[in-house]
Amino acid sequence: MGLTYQSTGKLANREAFDVPVSANEPVIALAGNPNTGKSTVFNALTGLRQHTGNWPGKTVLQTKGIFIHEGQQYTLVDLPGTYSLLANSVDEQVARDFICFAKPDATIVVVDATCLERNLNLALQVMEITEQVVLCVNLIDEARRRKLNIDTGALTRALGIPVVATAARSKEGLPQLLESTAKVVWKKIKPRPNLVQYIPEVEAAVSLLEPKVKALLGNDINPRWISLRLLDGDITLIKALEKFYGQQKVKSVREVFA
Amino acid sequence: MSLPSSLGQLVEEAQRLSGPLQNTIRDSIVNSIYTTAESIAAGAVTTGDPERTDWDRKIDNILTSPVWGFPIMLGLLVLVFWVTITGANIPSAMLAEGLFWIEARLTDFFMAVNAPAWLHGFLVLGVYRSLAWVVSVMLPPMAIFFPMFTLLEDSGYLPRVAFNLDRFFKKAGAHGKQALTMSMGFGCNAAGIIACRVIDSPRERLIATLTNVFVPCNGRFPTLIALAMIFVGGSVALSLAGAVATLAVAGLVVLGIAITLFVSWLLSKTLLKGTPSSFTLELPPYRRPQIAQVILRSMLDRTIFVLTRAMIIAAPAGGIIWILANTHIGDTSILAALAGWLDPFAQHMGLDGFILTAFILGLPANEIVLPILIMSYVSGGAMMELDSLAALRQLLVDQHGWTWLTALCTMIFILCHWPCGTTLFTIQKEQHRWRWTLLAVAIPTAMGIILCITVNYLAQGLGLI
Repeated sequence: MGLTYQSTGKLANREAFDVPVSANEPVIALAGNPNTGKSTVFNALTGLRQHTGNWPGKTVLQTKGIFIHEGQQYTLVDLPGTYSLLANSVDEQVARDFICFAKPDATIVVVDATCLERNLNLALQVMEITEQVVLCVNLIDEARRRKLNIDTGALTRALGIPVVATAARSKEGLPQLLESTAKVVWKKIKPRPNLVQYIPEVEAAVSLLEPKVKALLGNDINPRWISLRLLDGDITLIKALEKFYGQQKVKSVREVFA
Repeated sequence: MSLPSSLGQLVEEAQRLSGPLQNTIRDSIVNSIYTTAESIAAGAVTTGDPERTDWDRKIDNILTSPVWGFPIMLGLLVLVFWVTITGANIPSAMLAEGLFWIEARLTDFFMAVNAPAWLHGFLVLGVYRSLAWVVSVMLPPMAIFFPMFTLLEDSGYLPRVAFNLDRFFKKAGAHGKQALTMSMGFGCNAAGIIACRVIDSPRERLIATLTNVFVPCNGRFPTLIALAMIFVGGSVALSLAGAVATLAVAGLVVLGIAITLFVSWLLSKTLLKGTPSSFTLELPPYRRPQIAQVILRSMLDRTIFVLTRAMIIAAPAGGIIWILANTHIGDTSILAALAGWLDPFAQHMGLDGFILTAFILGLPANEIVLPILIMSYVSGGAMMELDSLAALRQLLVDQHGWTWLTALCTMIFILCHWPCGTTLFTIQKEQHRWRWTLLAVAIPTAMGIILCITVNYLAQGLGLI
């Protein structure tokens, strides 16, 4: 039968990011702050099967590679290292747009075990866009050396997503990372992220805006997250929405605002 | 009704809803995310040794302090150059001796098989000799300098340098991240220019691109160090030689940074007006560098890489220079004719025609400027055995009348002249405008010419020479 309209429609945006469109070739995004050893994780997973170029239309380096896990090929895309997804810079826009519009089958967020409290900001923001998230607590060897004890079980419970501790330099924990990621890709684990709760005024505004967003844009992109961005006036996201959804959504518009 | 306007309506709705919160909503959202992250982290991390974690902050307070930051930076700079210069002297001399012993044997071989003189000239005096010079002059300083530089990089010190320099770039109307791209320029200007992508504002990125060449790269450091070793150091008592040479190179680097700031300021006040944008610079934690890996990586990635590239370019260049030096039109060689034509102008700059010719022919790569110069001095002229740095000094001083002023002007011009071919190609690819590439040639070249002429006439006028 090939691909249904539904599946091509959902994944069609991936074409704009120069990554495989077929549902049989899962795409995994690698996000993380700078200096978390994200590139070491990327190199350890893909080895020499890498390809570098530019993000389409941007002077930002795009690195992607492939790896094979239990006979299945995966494409791994190394997102620019960023501290947030609030679109303060081109790097952050690129990372946000990829997670938001290319809809990777899973997103691995690499965090530095030695400064979790700062790094978790990014993880929390990614979790607002997609449920398909795995947290990779890297540099665990460094944390051990500094006598920091990281309770991954507590992290899993607090975040609601799979958490794996790794030391990419010595390849420690990488098999477990692949295992968890594959399970998330094939829906054998269904992460239920615990989302950030905002102050009551913000939550009230979100609950009023969210249904309208859902009616206009559907459930493809997390309506709660879009509502939040609209509320904080993120112009770059509005432009990106126009670019990616301009044609498809003209009809449903009338239904909402008639 | 079309989508933009309906999205527009959604935006209007959002604005209406956020109305009462207007100015505080973004801060409030960010704040909620931060506090959530903090409380989750607090629940998952326990520390066995609370004393240790504060170490980074204590070190940072010293290394980035307004009082100690700069002296420590300069001190480290001088230390790195001093170790390089004093350490490279002996292996350099030994390598030169060994390689020129091989040259003599090669010559013996060519004589024995009765090879024609031009073949021996082209292959041995041209190709082999320039290769030997590239290896013996460049390899030892690189093998010492790069591992030390990588060590500083790996330990996390370089971002602190960027932090220290940030306010100067701000004052110059440029982006603070330019301190980072400048630091990368010490490795390779082409790499530094690609690194300029981290700067978002096109105006500030262009400033960083156009001024990157003012810090000496891998290809120019060994030449600077070699000249300092055989020349500036050689002109004073032997015990002081290393120290004086070190200060000369360190002084040039500081001059390069000063010129970078000055030109950035000039550009942001004239051609590229605007206000600097702000940014967050995270100081990564200090990490104990993996020493073995640092040495291996700096050897493979930098030393061998730069040396191989230099040799690949130097080999044919050496041959071509030999041909230029030995092809005669009338009774002068092509090279001598070119040098003679450039000589009057070069004299104003405190150089001579051969030096300027070497810079022009060295466009493909800065590594080969010195080999070309030696080649053009030696070939065709009196044949001499160049088996040590002392012999090189003899060649420059006794046979071609170099003074300390010639060496100084040459070093200044090494610091300020057109970027190498690779760098120009990169600028063109990144900026897509010929005018910027041309400007990238014009600015440093003009700067170098002005500086050389000023220094030359100032020294002569003051009767220093």
